[in-house]
Order: sequence, then C-alpha cells, then structure tokens
Amino acid sequence: MPDSVGKKDQIYVCRCEEVTLEEIDEWIDKGYDTVEELKRVLRVGMGPCQGRGCQDILMREIAKKTGKHISEVEPATVRPPAKPIKIGLLAEGGEE
Amino acid sequence: MKTLSTEILVIGGGAAGLSAAAEAASAGAKVMVIESDLHLGGQLVKQTHKFFGSKDEYAGTRGFKIAEILLNEIESCKDNVEIHENTTVTGFYSEDKTFTAMRGEESFFHIQAQKTIVATGAQERLIPFVNNDLPGVYGAGAVQTLMNVYGVIPGKRVLMVGAGNIGLIVSYQLMQAGVEVAAIVEAAPRIGGYWVHAAKVRRMGVPILLGHSIKRAVGDRTITGAYITGLNEKFEPVGEETFVDCDVICIAVGLSPTTEILSQAGCKMMYVPQLCGLVARRDMSMKTSNPDFFTAGDASGIEEASAAMVEGRIAGLSAASSLGYLTEHGKLDEYWSRLQSLRSGEAGARICQGIECVLVNGWEDGRNG
Repeated sequence: MPDSVGKKDQIYVCRCEEVTLEEIDEWIDKGYDTVEELKRVLRVGMGPCQGRGCQDILMREIAKKTGKHISEVEPATVRPPAKPIKIGLLAEGGEE
Repeated sequence: MKTLSTEILVIGGGAAGLSAAAEAASAGAKVMVIESDLHLGGQLVKQTHKFFGSKDEYAGTRGFKIAEILLNEIESCKDNVEIHENTTVTGFYSEDKTFTAMRGEESFFHIQAQKTIVATGAQERLIPFVNNDLPGVYGAGAVQTLMNVYGVIPGKRVLMVGAGNIGLIVSYQLMQAGVEVAAIVEAAPRIGGYWVHAAKVRRMGVPILLGHSIKRAVGDRTITGAYITGLNEKFEPVGEETFVDCDVICIAVGLSPTTEILSQAGCKMMYVPQLCGLVARRDMSMKTSNPDFFTAGDASGIEEASAAMVEGRIAGLSAASSLGYLTEHGKLDEYWSRLQSLRSGEAGARICQGIECVLVNGWEDGRNG
C-alpha cells in the first residue's frame, strides 16, 4: 500500500494508484526520471485510467525537475487494453 | 469470436467522427462508427451556446443543434453507416490488424477495417494541488455533462480554475443553472478565451483573477473552500493566500488529445505543446505514418469543434478516396481553405505553429497513395 494512504494534505498526481507528488519528486531525485521507471517503482499511471489523468502531470514534473523540455520527455508505451475489461469477459472468449 | 468488418472504421462519434462518417458514407463507402458514450454527438450535445467561426461550420448555431444537423446528415446515408453506441475500442493489434471492442461491460468482440479514422477526442487535463482528491473537485467537462446532459448541478458555489473558453462558458452555464461562481482564477497574465465570453461573466459580477491559481483545497470529507494565490512570471506562487468560500472546484485548464489507438497502430507521434500533447504526424489528407490510419478532431490536436468538423471531413474524404471511391475534385483544397479561415484568428496562429510541426509533405514509404 502506498505510504500516502491516510495522510492529510496530500497532492495526488495519480488518483487511481494514490501516488503523491511528494513520492514522485522523491523518486525523481533518486534518479528514476522517466515515465517508464516511475511506473515500475510507484505504479503511477497503471490504474483503471491507464495514465490518462496523470501522465501529463508526471511528464511536466519530470521536465521541471530535469530541466528538459516537455517534448523531450518520453511518454509511457501504450499497450492494450485502453480501458479496463473484466477478466471474465476475456476468459469467456468473447461474443460468438 | 465474433468479428465485425467494415471498409472504414470511425472511432469516436463526436464532432470530428460524425463529420468523417458523413463525408465517407456520402462518397459511397461502408462506414462503422464506434461511440463509447450511450449516444452520439460527443461534446457537441453539451454545448448550449452559439458557435463562432464561419457560416460553413454553423456559426451562430448552438452546439447541440449542430449535433442534430450532423446526425440528420448521417441518417440521409444510413444504408452506408453502421453505428455502435455504448461501445469502446479497447485496443489495436497490428500483427493481425484487428481491433478489440467492448459493448457496455458485457460483450467483447473483434473489428477489422480497411481504413480507420481515429476521432477519439480529448481528455481533461488536471493540475496538482493540495487535497485535490477531495470530493468536489471536478473537470469542467464533467460539470457540463452533469448539468447539460443529466440536469444535475454540482454544488452551490464554484471556484473556476482557468479562463479559457471552457472555463468562461461553463461559468456562465453554472450561473444559468442557478449556481454561484465565486471567482475565476487564471494562471496566465491574460484571458485565454474569447472576450465576449469573459465580458459576459464579468457583467454578472464574477471576478476574473489573472496571474492566480489554486493552492489548496480545504475540507474534511468534501470541499468547504479553497486557498488561491498570485503567481509570478515563472508561475511560482507569490504573496498571501486568499480564502475562497466554495463547495466545488472546477478545473478548466485545458485538454489533452486521446491517442492510445494511434500509438498502438504504430503511428509516428510527436509532443506538440501548441496542440496540447502527444499527437500523430499526418499529411494534408490527415493520413498518419500508418497508411491505414487517419486522425481528426481533438485527437489530432486540441482546437475548436468547428475545426474538428472540417478535419473530420478531410479524413472521411481521404479515407473514402484511398479505397477508390470517387470524390469531388477540389474538395480537399476547399476544406483546407475553410480550416485556414477558422485558424486565421489570434488563437489560430498558435494552432498553425503546432500544425506546421506535425504536418508532413507526404509519406515516403511507397505504401501510401
């Protein structure tokens, strides 16, 4: 469970996975300064919205802290599904 | 598994997608429109104000009326159009050129198409501030959906964040619905939206605080207020915080293009700040680096609905003509001149800069044409 749960006065970047700006800054300072790395250590952008709400904020924060222009910050690799699908639906093998 | 097939798949039934579908179907192509919402129309159905722009793009007509016009046009070529509402395209697998799609959350199937137009629109951009997870923080688009589609007001007193057209228009619509707007804060030193919209909300007594932003939301279980602060030219907070009494914080700081399917299709992408995010590179026909994929509307760069409709027309026309359907000579040029006139204003200059970055002269890999 993320450290932020239950804490007050937090700034949430990723609402799905409850990842705060504080945590993101901490990990960028440790050298995890790409979207892919932050995803792997924090699960940021890996919830139901698949980063639609937070990737932009995340990329801006990386740009700000590394001094890069936002257009130089690599976004995450996009893989299907673009929206959560119930595992049962897939297991059924789909519509006949 | 069930596989639906079509000549032209249009993903998204909003301003761009409906225009694309109407254009391609009227040229004779078989078109399938997939819309994730319960009904077609996209953002148009929520727009109760009259549009600006040019007569060709229904200036002076209210947004929801424009949706009706487009739906009527689709109806007139309905033999060529298959519509699936409440259906989401969830992925594209390039190895077997197949889309997966889900109807509601109950059924799952495949779609195959010869050409695809991605008109998936945009998502609301959010900004980080303290306590931004409290109930009562809304995107402006969400507030519009609540009020104008479902007839539900979000609260009693709203702090609007962002003085672009969406922030200004939604502020006005909130007041029309009897909701108080405490203030509009805008980080930039100037109003982003049209003056006529800004003047309207000012006349109704709403302060527009330029060079200001929200610092933190206040509340125990839901929002009971917010602190705002001034910003310097580097957008860093300066000066004292001011308390604003409100139970809703409405975020209208812009949109980002929705482009997952384009990325999955291997289209060359580019981050273009003037177009508000990651978009596909395209030629004049709105064709991407993947010759089977076209892009249009907000998915190809954030712009007004009028431009989205013309881009949709271009994509629909190009997709149909790439399949061998005869299209009227000179139509592409006409649509481009319409786009240019829509982009001739002050805001248009920025869009044109962005378009210049992503537009290619033509694709060279020989598979195009």
